[in-house]
Amino acid sequence: MKKRIYSVLVENRSGVLCKVAGLFSRRCYNIDSLAVGETDDPAISCMTIVSSGDERTIEQIEKQLNKKLDVIKVKTFSEQQCITRELMLIKIKYNKSNRRDIMELCEIMKAEIVDMSKHFMMIQICDTPDKIQLMITMLQTISVVEVARTGTLALSKCMEND
Amino acid sequence: MNGADAIIKCLEAEGVKVVFGYPGVAICPFYNSILESDIRTILIRTEQNAAHAASGVARVTGRAAVCAVTSGPGATNVITGIATAFADSIPLICITGQVNSELLGSDVFQEADITGAVESFVKYSYLVRNVKDIPRIFKEAFHIANTGRKGPVLIDVPIDIQNAVIDKFEYPEEVNMRTYKPTVKGHAVQIKKVIKELEKAHRPIICAGGGVHLGEAEEELKAFSEKYKIPVVSTMMGIGVMPTKHPLYFGMVGNNGKAYANRAMNESDLLIMVGARVADRAVSQPDLITKDKVLVHIDVDPAEIGKNAGATIPLVGDVKHIFADFAKEEFSCNYEEWVATLVGYRETMEKKRTPNPDFVDPAAFITMLSEKMQEDGIYVADVGQNQIWSCGYHIVKKGRFFTSGGMGTMGYSIPAAMGAKLAAMDKQVIAVCGDGSFQMSMMELATMRQHKIPVKIIVLKNNYLGMVREYQHYTYKDNYSVVDLSGSPDLEKLAAAYDMPFLRLSNMQKAEETLNAFLAKDESMLLECLIDPMDLVK
Repeated sequence: MKKRIYSVLVENRSGVLCKVAGLFSRRCYNIDSLAVGETDDPAISCMTIVSSGDERTIEQIEKQLNKKLDVIKVKTFSEQQCITRELMLIKIKYNKSNRRDIMELCEIMKAEIVDMSKHFMMIQICDTPDKIQLMITMLQTISVVEVARTGTLALSKCMEND
Repeated sequence: MNGADAIIKCLEAEGVKVVFGYPGVAICPFYNSILESDIRTILIRTEQNAAHAASGVARVTGRAAVCAVTSGPGATNVITGIATAFADSIPLICITGQVNSELLGSDVFQEADITGAVESFVKYSYLVRNVKDIPRIFKEAFHIANTGRKGPVLIDVPIDIQNAVIDKFEYPEEVNMRTYKPTVKGHAVQIKKVIKELEKAHRPIICAGGGVHLGEAEEELKAFSEKYKIPVVSTMMGIGVMPTKHPLYFGMVGNNGKAYANRAMNESDLLIMVGARVADRAVSQPDLITKDKVLVHIDVDPAEIGKNAGATIPLVGDVKHIFADFAKEEFSCNYEEWVATLVGYRETMEKKRTPNPDFVDPAAFITMLSEKMQEDGIYVADVGQNQIWSCGYHIVKKGRFFTSGGMGTMGYSIPAAMGAKLAAMDKQVIAVCGDGSFQMSMMELATMRQHKIPVKIIVLKNNYLGMVREYQHYTYKDNYSVVDLSGSPDLEKLAAAYDMPFLRLSNMQKAEETLNAFLAKDESMLLECLIDPMDLVK
C-alpha cells in the first residue's frame, strides 16, 4: 500500500463533492483525508484527497477522477514531492498541576492556546499530518475532550518551471 | 416560448426523430410542447423500456436517442435502462420531469433525487435550475453522449422550469467545456510501436469489442485485417465487426464463447484489444493475456487501459482514426501459418451438440434463421441461454447483432428491437428471447400494436429460467431454486389478445416452412419455439 495525494481542481458547483466522494466509495478506493476549498478563482474549488492503494489502484484513481466531467485537472504526488499542512483545534481538560506542562508542550510543538476557561482550554496547531498526530498522542496523556481537523492540504513543491 | 418549447427546439436541432416515454404531471409541459413538433412520440408501457428502445435507435443511428419520463417513479423506473446503456456505452439523452424547483428537497409527491440516484450509471447529469440554461445544457448533453466513450446523459427538468418563459432561443453552435476534451487522435509514437510489434510478431490477433461498432470503425478494421491477414476474434459486444463467416474471423471469446476463439487469443504472441474492456466474461484471467505476449490496448477511454490488464502498448484514441493511421503504415509480414493453425482449430474444436429430436434445437434453429433472414437484418438477442445460443450460432452477414452485454438486462430485446425498427424501417428486425425475458417486456406488445412497429419476436420456451437452471445444475447439482416458470401465459392466447399473428414450432421437422411463414411479411409476429428444458449452453 502506497500513500498518494491527489490535488483535484473541480468546477465549484453543488453536487461535485458528492460525485467525487461517490467515485471513491463505489470503486472501493480509500479516502484517508479530504479537504475542500475555493481557489483564487471562485468558479474553481480545490479538493485535496489523500488515498492509498497498490500501484494499479493509484493509477486508476487518477484516471477515474479525470473521467469525471466536473474535474478540471488532477495533480498527484507523493508526500515527498509536496508540502503538506493540516490544521487542528483540540479541546482538553486541564488542572493546575498539568497546566505548565501543556504550555511547554505547546511551545515545543509550535501550537497556540486560543481559548480557555477554568477547566478547559483549546489549542490550535498547524503542521504536517505526522506532527498533528504526535500532538494528539501527547495530549491524550492529559485529557482530550474534542478534536476538529481540516484534513491534509498539499501543494507540490516550488519548481522554477511551475 | 417556454422551457418545454425550448427543449423541443433543442431536440429538433439535434435531428431527433422519435421520443420514447411515459408522461406524468411533472413532464406534461414537455409532452404538450412536443405536439407542435414533427418528432414522433411512442408511449412505452414501462419506463425502463423507454431507455432500451432509445438504445435500439442509438445503436442503429450511432447518435444519442431520447427518452422522456416523469419524476419520482417514472425516473426511478428508467434507471435500469440507463445503467444498461451505460454498461455498453450507448449514447442516450434521458429527460426526466421534476417537481417544482421551490419544492426540491421537501419530499413532495413524486419527488426523487434522480441525478443523485443515477450518478454512477451516467456519463453526466444535469438538474436544470434556470430556463436560460436549456439550450446550452442540451447542446452539451448531446455532445457528451455522442463523443469520446459514448454514454447516457440525464437531464432533470423541474416543471416550473419547463413552464418558465424564455425570451430568446438560440441553440449554441459550439460546446465550450473546459473539463471535457476526449482524445481522438492516437499518439503517433504509440502507433509506430504497434506497427513494429506487428512486424516482429508471428501470431498476432485482433480482439474487437463493442467500441469498434461505437466508433463506426468496422470497415477500417476489416480492411486492415484483410490486408495483412491478421485474424480477428470478438467479444460479445463486438459480434458483427467482421461477418461471422469471414475467413479471418474466429468467433467470440470468453467463458460463453468459442473454445477455438479463446485458444487463438491465448496462443497469440501479439494481442491487439480494440474497444474492449477486458471484462470478466470475455477474459476470465487477465493475467493470461499479458503473459508471454505483447498486449496492445486501444480504447477511447484512458481509464479502461490498465484497469483489468496491464497493456504493453497503451493507445488512447478514436478507433476509426487509429485504424486510418495504421492503414498509412506499410510493413511486411507473413502470418499464413498462424492463420492456417487457427483454421484447423475452428474446424476441429466446434462443440458437438446432441440435440433432443423431440424439441427445437436452438443451435440449428438460430443458424437456419440467420440463413433465412435478410442479409442486412438486425438480430436482437435477449439475456439468458437464448443469448449464448444467439452469440454462438447466429451468422452475421451485413446486418447487426444487438444485446445487453455489460449489464445483462433481461427484457432488453423487445424494446431495443422496437427502437431499432423505428430507426431502420426498411430493415428486418428480429428479437430473440427466452420465456423469462419475454415476460419481462411482454407489455410492449401493446406498444408495437399501437404504433405499428413490425418487429418479429421469437420466444425460445423451456418453462425455466434456463441460464440460472444451468448454473444450478452445475453448481448445486440440480438443486433447482426459484427457476420454474410455471404459470406463464399461453402465448397463442396472448398473441390473440394483442391481435398479433402467432406461430408455434415444436421440433425441427417443420422448422423450414415455419420460418418461411414467419419471415414472409414485414409485420409483427410471435413465434414460440419449444426447446428442451434440460438443454445446456455449455
